[in-house]
Amino acid sequence: MKIILQVWRQKDRNARGKLVRYECPNVSEHMSFLEMLDVLNEDLTTKGEDPVAFEHDCREGICGSCGFMINGVAHGPMPGTTVCQLHMRHFKDGDELYLEPWRAKAFPVLRDLIVDRSAFDRIVAAGGFISVPAGSAPDGNAILVPKDASDRAMDAAQCIGCGACVAACPNASASLFTSAKISHLGLLPQGQPERYERALNMVHQMSVESFGACGNIGECEAVCPKRISIENIARMHRDYMKAAWMVRPEVETGGAG
Amino acid sequence: MTETNSSMKLESRVPAGPIEKKWDNCRFEMKLVNPANKRKYSVIVVGTGLAGGAAAATLGELGYNVHCFCHHDSPRRAHSIAAQGGINAAKNYCNDGDSVYRLFYDTVKGGDFRAREANVYRLAQISVNIIDQCVAQGVPFAREYGGTLANRSFGGAQVSRTFYARGQTGQQLLLGAYQALERQIDAGSVTMYPRREMLDLIIVNGAARGVVTRDMTTGAVDATIADAVVLGTGGYGNVFYLSTNARNSNATAIWRAYKHGAAFGNPCFTQIHPTCIPVSGDYQSKLTLMSESLRNDGRIWVPLKKGDSRPPAQIPEAERDYYLERRYPSFGNLVPRDVASRAAKQACDEGRGVGPGGYGVYLDFAASIHRLGAHTIKERYGNLFEMYDRITGEDPYSVPMRIYPAVHYTMGGLWVDYRLMSTVPGLFVIGEANFSDHGANRLGASALMQGLADGYFVLPYTIGDYLANAKLEKASPDHAGAKQVLAKVDTVTRKMLAIKGKRTVDSFHKALGKLMWEYCGMARNEKGLQFAIGKIAELREEFWKNVNVSGGNEEINQALERGGRVADFLELGELMCRDALERRESCGGHFREEWQTPEGEAQRDDEKFSHAAAWAFQGEGKTPGRLVEPLEFEYVHPSQRSYK
Repeated sequence: MKIILQVWRQKDRNARGKLVRYECPNVSEHMSFLEMLDVLNEDLTTKGEDPVAFEHDCREGICGSCGFMINGVAHGPMPGTTVCQLHMRHFKDGDELYLEPWRAKAFPVLRDLIVDRSAFDRIVAAGGFISVPAGSAPDGNAILVPKDASDRAMDAAQCIGCGACVAACPNASASLFTSAKISHLGLLPQGQPERYERALNMVHQMSVESFGACGNIGECEAVCPKRISIENIARMHRDYMKAAWMVRPEVETGGAG
Repeated sequence: MTETNSSMKLESRVPAGPIEKKWDNCRFEMKLVNPANKRKYSVIVVGTGLAGGAAAATLGELGYNVHCFCHHDSPRRAHSIAAQGGINAAKNYCNDGDSVYRLFYDTVKGGDFRAREANVYRLAQISVNIIDQCVAQGVPFAREYGGTLANRSFGGAQVSRTFYARGQTGQQLLLGAYQALERQIDAGSVTMYPRREMLDLIIVNGAARGVVTRDMTTGAVDATIADAVVLGTGGYGNVFYLSTNARNSNATAIWRAYKHGAAFGNPCFTQIHPTCIPVSGDYQSKLTLMSESLRNDGRIWVPLKKGDSRPPAQIPEAERDYYLERRYPSFGNLVPRDVASRAAKQACDEGRGVGPGGYGVYLDFAASIHRLGAHTIKERYGNLFEMYDRITGEDPYSVPMRIYPAVHYTMGGLWVDYRLMSTVPGLFVIGEANFSDHGANRLGASALMQGLADGYFVLPYTIGDYLANAKLEKASPDHAGAKQVLAKVDTVTRKMLAIKGKRTVDSFHKALGKLMWEYCGMARNEKGLQFAIGKIAELREEFWKNVNVSGGNEEINQALERGGRVADFLELGELMCRDALERRESCGGHFREEWQTPEGEAQRDDEKFSHAAAWAFQGEGKTPGRLVEPLEFEYVHPSQRSYK
């Protein structure tokens, strides 16, 4: 089948971008969306034009590298699917598709469909961890975790950090991403000692990075390739509110020793 | 600049004493660096997968100054993330007779007696600490209703010792390491350099002291200097073009280290994974693994008759051949990967393959769904079934999956001693990038174990001993050696950009992959390997005359990134063929057609080949030297591997 693409081309962070039209004449229904772009890029290179830059790596929907807007929808039309796992059988001959990078102040465009998502790393660095240096762990079964808590923690922990939630949100909020980590760790007994401080620090970092606030619109959940629930955002808000009341400054006299 | 040498020697530095005491003895013998002095040392870690990420985080926790590099936009994306099935540990939580010794035994046997016993024993010992560490970090492993950790079984073992987090174990373990790393970045002990690709190694007075990296956003090429360099840059399965590896996984870091004198161990040992989704067309960019854990509940079969094209549901039981259950009754569908892959190839070569092109076998869940219910199967493998459906458009709950072997892992890698140091002093290699623990075949759920063992619990000790003993002079990026390497990197980049030929980088990569799969894949022979060596040399020559890398250096240029990697694959591919040619026996994943038992199983030649082969670079265009580390088996006596 034939697919028409309108692709956002932008040379670097400071350049002006524009949409450029390309025709992909021989698209097989078994191709993935990125394989169609591979074929386009081979063709462009042979013609002496610059190939379209897009981020990708594992191509099995788990590394979180890929992602762009297809006709205004993050990762395209199939629910629970990253763009690398989106196959062309879901499109029809003659379709015209607009490909644009994630749009958010916190995610500057680096080239074509590639954006800088390092703000996510800084949110995790602000508190998205359990402080346990190598060697200091008790036996695995010394910490019993109810199956239900473990399963729900896993539901949240599945986040791949692709940024689709931010791109889909009218406020460019990173609430779904941030709350997924807060829930994952906060649901587990191991995560309790730092639970409230974690919520405070991560939410704070989210606003430092220029992400917007959550307006409960739910677009993030709708486009999330891992189907992370916005229930996590409610959880984050509860932990944050509680933390705002509860967390006290560190004891100045230091530890007991 | 290349400080190689014909006098290179392989000293394994395996400690004395009985096997269960060796690691203890080693840890006691090693010098320590006083906590206050650790911050005076700097260490470069390249790669942020399970091995690199865990090592960088742990070295940071210990107080070293760490410079950590990755080519991704974030350290959370390394390909360890895609590991599905699980991680082994000798916890014996299932009370089914497991022990450190049994895990050690299974791994040495699974590797077809081509791994160093002492390393494997240490790995089995450490396996239990890894689980503890990961649980404490908050890795949401599967649980039983009572809150204890759940286990499942995996190929090559008769006990249940595999811990898992749905079908995303690698992801969860990597996120654990990544979070520990981010914590250190925030604390200031680790400086993280994302979107930086290592292009060369800097050697000062014979010791590894730094790396040259390219900033993939601006094209700037810089030298970074430290007291030691750690490579955790993964395997080289992408030599084959089509593999289950991520598209950007590459061998550039280890290959360029090889050219500075780091010997390359067992390059021909590649693992072909039996359960991947078959190839569907020329445009295919990668192959997708379906976890080995599926073989716990799925039954593998092909039609008994050649060319039987009926849909699977219409083929009655009596006309199906469950060939693994038939040939290997005691392990059945859970034979090790090399055995399962070869059996699938044989069935397809006999004309009994299924699906378009006949390169596929069925992995059928009908019996398990009938026995356990669709709900239980969904709970165990839901995400894998969904992925299969997405890629093929077929529903595995109602039609059997079609699978075929694909390149998945490389057991070979840079040769390292017991302390994970390569033949270049100060250059440490961890995880899949080294050759160490899996011999000629890796058992399922052992890669995650090895990556984390190296990163959390082995390297952080052994590197301390090196730093405490090494008398290192002050070095800076202005050192003549560093400048020379920088200049060389620049020249090569310019050369590649200037060619502007007619063929794309990918077309060369695909051509190389076809040669490798055909002649250095699941079955190899003398004639084929010699042919491939000649063809690869021709392809390499054409590459440097006719490749078309568009764009320039001072920008994001993905063609240039791939160009450099493919140039290295074109050299490494030849070394793999050379190693496969010289290893005149069959063992594990290395199957030489000339050496097989009457039943078609791999036939080792322990008299001549009970050794690791390590190749030493002798200069461009020269045949590399083959060094040998003899392997002694004091504990697990080599025998014909039998899974019958």
